[in-house]
Amino acid sequence: MKNRSVELAVGLFVMAGLLCAAYLTVKLGKLEVLSGDTYAIKARFIDVTGLKEGAGVELAGVRVGRVEAITLTPDKRAVVTMNIQKGVKLSEDAIVSVKTSGLIGDKYLKITPGGAGDPLPPGGLLTDTESSVDIQELIGKYVFGGVKEEKK
Amino acid sequence: MNAASDFLLAPITKLGRTAIGLTLGLGSYSVFTLRGLGHMVSLPLQWAKMVQQVYFIGVKSVSVIALIGLFTGMVLGLQGYYTLVKFGAEGLLGAAVALSVIRELGPVLTAIMITGRAGSSMAAELGIMRISEQIDALDAMDVSPVRYLVGPRLAASLVCFPLLTAMFDVIAVWGGYLTGVLMLGVSPGIYWARIYDSVAMQDVSGGFVKSLVFAVLVASVCCYEGYYTHRRPGGFGAKGVGLSTTSAVVTSCVSILASDYALTSFLL
Repeated sequence: MKNRSVELAVGLFVMAGLLCAAYLTVKLGKLEVLSGDTYAIKARFIDVTGLKEGAGVELAGVRVGRVEAITLTPDKRAVVTMNIQKGVKLSEDAIVSVKTSGLIGDKYLKITPGGAGDPLPPGGLLTDTESSVDIQELIGKYVFGGVKEEKK
Repeated sequence: MNAASDFLLAPITKLGRTAIGLTLGLGSYSVFTLRGLGHMVSLPLQWAKMVQQVYFIGVKSVSVIALIGLFTGMVLGLQGYYTLVKFGAEGLLGAAVALSVIRELGPVLTAIMITGRAGSSMAAELGIMRISEQIDALDAMDVSPVRYLVGPRLAASLVCFPLLTAMFDVIAVWGGYLTGVLMLGVSPGIYWARIYDSVAMQDVSGGFVKSLVFAVLVASVCCYEGYYTHRRPGGFGAKGVGLSTTSAVVTSCVSILASDYALTSFLL
């Protein structure tokens, strides 16, 4: 009898522990158990400074996917692979921009949906992109001139 | 001439003696630990003893771990809030609490608490078995004492440490929510969103790797100290058991923190 209750307590303990571990890995660690409900698309950029793998992809401010990989092409452009939720359909004229959350926050990708283009197949490449804005460069331009050419 | 050379050579001789003693101790500890790890999976498996040990190390520690986790999370929420609010960045509270708990505080505090609760009693139990010659009796009956006593304890530690660490982490994050959101008024949506944004899989898996390493360290050090109580030069009998228990807890805690630094530098 005593042995039974010990085993029951151990079983409950292991179950509770595994539930906590599952919560940590799946919910907080974003381990994708079901990766079948996304499809991959690519976008080509001149510059993706500050963008990291795992960064969010947003459309109209709603998170629709994540950055899977960032690679360099032979012609020295950055190609970003994104995993987008299956339900979100994009067209070929969608614009992808690298944005910063807040002034010093992390970089993420923002998709501005197109309208007139053909639907983008999985694995398709988007070429209408806006690269990262370098805050320091902007400040430099503001301080040392070059924001607009003055003509005298 | 002879006396003078003795006087000069004495400190060097002492250094050599200390080095030999340290090396012998480390070697015997390593052999003991490897034998224990081997006996963890030696057939036939000692299920009943493992379950008994999981009950003692794990189930009995849940309440303590939950309490410590709750207060750790709450105090992190409190401290973090008053630090971050100076920069107008109280939205980052969730990330600050979750990352410091999952990466560092969870595994380390859990390991130290279990050392105090279960490790000390492991050392005392094995120490008393040694001085009352029960271990020699096992030997005489042709039962391997390391297999019978150390294997199940190591296996149970390897099961319990990660599970207790996971519980600690979850409760601590909710503790931070309690102070940060419910008491100090950080927006709950921001709190959770920042946690989901900032915690990566490698943080969680790194925490679990740490807890597994601490499990082996704590169980092996505490069992080793108790098992070889009779070798202790400083005391004999009951006094020796007391010294072993103290030394087991101190050595475990120091090795937890030292290995934590090493692991962190590897994992980052």
